[in-house]
Amino acid sequence: MAGKNVIEISDSSFEQEVLKSDLPVLVDFWAPWCGPCRAIAPVIDELSNEYAGKLKVAKCNVDENPNTPARFGIRAIPTLILFKDGNVTEQITGAVAKSQIAAAVEKVVS
Amino acid sequence: MTRSDLYDIVIIGGGPAGLAASLYANRARYKTLVLEKVGLGGQLLSYEKVDNYPGFPEGISTFELVELFKAQAEKFGLEHRNADVTGMETEGSIQVIHTSEGDIRSKAVIVASGCSPQKLGVKGEVEYTGRGVSYCAICDGPFYRNEEVAVVGGGDTAVEEAIYLTKFASRVHLIHRRDELRAVKIIQEEAFENEKITIHWNTVVEEVIGGNQGVSELSLRDLATGKTSSLQVPGVFIFVGLIPNADFVPAGVKRDPQGFIITDDTMATAVPGLYAAGDVRSKSLRQIVTAVGDGATAAFNAGRYAESLAHA
Repeated sequence: MAGKNVIEISDSSFEQEVLKSDLPVLVDFWAPWCGPCRAIAPVIDELSNEYAGKLKVAKCNVDENPNTPARFGIRAIPTLILFKDGNVTEQITGAVAKSQIAAAVEKVVS
Repeated sequence: MTRSDLYDIVIIGGGPAGLAASLYANRARYKTLVLEKVGLGGQLLSYEKVDNYPGFPEGISTFELVELFKAQAEKFGLEHRNADVTGMETEGSIQVIHTSEGDIRSKAVIVASGCSPQKLGVKGEVEYTGRGVSYCAICDGPFYRNEEVAVVGGGDTAVEEAIYLTKFASRVHLIHRRDELRAVKIIQEEAFENEKITIHWNTVVEEVIGGNQGVSELSLRDLATGKTSSLQVPGVFIFVGLIPNADFVPAGVKRDPQGFIITDDTMATAVPGLYAAGDVRSKSLRQIVTAVGDGATAAFNAGRYAESLAHA
């Protein structure tokens, strides 16, 4: 299960929760059938706790919400996208080390 | 716990080799730590099902197998930390491991860091990774429902994953540079019988071509005739081998020409106190069943080494 600082977003809430967010947003595009997504989930939870108040962390289930991943050309998961002021600042594909995600997050949190 | 704590055995990597090593080390009551940079399970999580691990005649899903490995390791005291190892050095007889979370000290170290997929090394491959270029069929196959996809390679993984992708894709083009497959016969037979698989023999990918929407086609060359052709596919899955995750391993460790770590039959490397286990090791068969055997052997011998230091 996702951590307490991680929200679930959908195709319908994406605009409001991500593009119009005041805080930078890290979106984890995942699906239940994806092993590396499960592997990376605890890391996403940890980041959501460590950057609480500075970064919004959201998960988007690509099985239930096909439109948002298609909009960003996502054909692989896990894909992590960092948004700031409605723009993509970084897109990371695959299960990567926490330090690599944290380095991308550091660039957008003030 | 403080970072100055000295471990008997630190295991780098939490895949099957690392978890098996942890099981044996903890049962022998060595102070043991597993370092994993992503999540426990390793490459195993990139596949759907395992049919050749003894004890599971019906096969077992990789998720379940990872959970079982974890549960057993935890039962005997698995301690693990999320950290990315960046380097190692020897201080006297102690191994110092540099990580993203600080330095960790241990009497013995088992490198069980596994492998990453080898890249093809063609134009467009890196650019379109995640947008049509994939190295994980179970992760990304469902994005190609009723579309045609390509698979590159001819070994067990390539052919198995081509078969798996026929669950989603309308047609799977298996592109192989030779005129016969390397995959084990039972897997080949299944591929030949599958009507959704088209094999392109003696063929190589020269370029991955795409646009804003990701991959749109592959430029292929027939090695027998020299002719080039275009294959219109929105996705290509690449399974052309593995490269060892061993950038952090000290220079004194001997490697084979592909960079895999050379050990003796106790899993010891050329550096005293440093052992290797699983896919990262130079060996003839990279499977879960050989990885766990390596892990057990490495733990046994790393433990004896740690004890020899204690008595010195």
